[in-house]
Amino acid sequence: MMPTGLTAVLAKFGRFTWFLGRLVAGIPSTLRRPRLLVEQVHMTGALSLVIIMLSGLFVGMVLGLQGYDLLRRFGSTEYLGTAAALGLLRELGPVITALLFAGRAGTAITSEIGLMLATDQLAAMEMMAVDPVRRICVPRFLGGVLSMPLLAAIFATIGIFGAQLVGVTIMGVDAGQFWSQMRGAVELRDVTEGVLKSLAFGLACSAIAVYEGYHAIPTAEGVGRATTRTVVTSSIAVLAIDYMLTAVLL
Amino acid sequence: MRRPEASFAFASRLSVDCARLRPGARLTAVDAVAAQFTGVAYEVGGRSVLKGLDFTVARGRVTAIMGPSGTGKTTLLRLLTGQIQPTAGQVTVEGLDLAVLDRRGLYALRRRMGMLFQNGALLTDLDVYENVAFPLREHTDLPEAVIERIVLMKLESVGLRGAARLQPAELSGGMARRVALARAIVMDPQLLIYDEPFAGLDPIALGMVLKLIRDLNQTLGITSIVVSHDVHVIEQLADHAVLLSGGRVAAAGRPAELAANPDPTVRQFMSGSAEGPVAFHYPARDRVADFLGGAP
Repeated sequence: MMPTGLTAVLAKFGRFTWFLGRLVAGIPSTLRRPRLLVEQVHMTGALSLVIIMLSGLFVGMVLGLQGYDLLRRFGSTEYLGTAAALGLLRELGPVITALLFAGRAGTAITSEIGLMLATDQLAAMEMMAVDPVRRICVPRFLGGVLSMPLLAAIFATIGIFGAQLVGVTIMGVDAGQFWSQMRGAVELRDVTEGVLKSLAFGLACSAIAVYEGYHAIPTAEGVGRATTRTVVTSSIAVLAIDYMLTAVLL
Repeated sequence: MRRPEASFAFASRLSVDCARLRPGARLTAVDAVAAQFTGVAYEVGGRSVLKGLDFTVARGRVTAIMGPSGTGKTTLLRLLTGQIQPTAGQVTVEGLDLAVLDRRGLYALRRRMGMLFQNGALLTDLDVYENVAFPLREHTDLPEAVIERIVLMKLESVGLRGAARLQPAELSGGMARRVALARAIVMDPQLLIYDEPFAGLDPIALGMVLKLIRDLNQTLGITSIVVSHDVHVIEQLADHAVLLSGGRVAAAGRPAELAANPDPTVRQFMSGSAEGPVAFHYPARDRVADFLGGAP
């Protein structure tokens, strides 16, 4: 007989997979009502722009400093642009965006759905013959999946600008070398890798946020715990998926 | 392109939708009966909440469900609306056994039902107008002008036409309940379920809601099921009352008959007495031990 803990984990994974199936099955009906989707892209994407852009800027600036210090030891500071771009496009952009998304949009989704559950709004929808998974969960899930690559692209772009700001403007790396080396080294597959990763992270983070909200215990404490689980589970999932995708795509 | 004629005919399609039953399902319609509980029992976590309920809800009448707190009234409503399934027995609504309905069949049935939740359960991201319009937008393709007229008419009937553009957070508890009532009747249901509709209403709003429930029942022939503790209001409103106690039907009949019932449980509830077979105090150890020393 399996231990109770493992059984519980497997049971939860099974419920999550079943719920994910319901989300995917509901995508066509959401696509027929684009207004719902646009609202959610705005909620999860547009409203996350400030935190994403600020974080991207500072991460890029740190990357510029650390990269310059490291490359200076080998006399290769002209490769700073390449290092920053590859790091941001393939790794830091998708991963940090996903972690920030889990903390900002993921928690908002979980707490919103959890509160709707606690205040009988989802039960009222059921009573009005409206499936709350299709009407509430699927647009938020799909909105998150679509927002993530866009946010990651913005993060990486601002990050490269931050690295250029520190490397070229402050540390004195030649601007021509910074951009030309980057242009020569970055390939389409590097961009594709970042997009694929951010799509996978978007799928995982959005599904976890929606699942936790929909299955929250309908009390103030229950919604709080569900919100915490969203951040913890999403963060671990992002890092685990990142390792797996990196191993496959390299 | 929208087809209004198809939208106006949506109600007639519902009966067809209702026939979408699982294999082996059968219609058990009895014209005079809107809903029926037959030997219904419900257990949760090994605790028995309902123990063999048997009663019917007559079509076109106002039936009240009464009983002390924790006696299973909300569970009964959840069974009646197919949110949960009984551990034993059968619940039928409009002749349909809820246990054999698939999701689409259940939803088709629910389109013919309206439910007023105790707290209103308004959608907090929509204003009053959009809350009332919500079922119409979800289930019909009616033109905006028609939706507007229906919504304003329903809001007028609950006295809140002027509050159409307020957000739910700007409403008092009583107003939220009235908006929820407008939303519950916007699809002109055949069966309306009210969960504690009078709690927290001021006397004017209470009188208005009371009259509205009566009018809906008398003019449109809507079957109403009202869960309430308010014995005096139920005496004015209900044609038939079912008193639950300890998960069973303690008494059923016209409210006047219940008031004259000699059973001690019924007498205690109808008179609002703390003394009687229904304990007011939750079971506890001796008072002396608690008040004069010693930890619980």
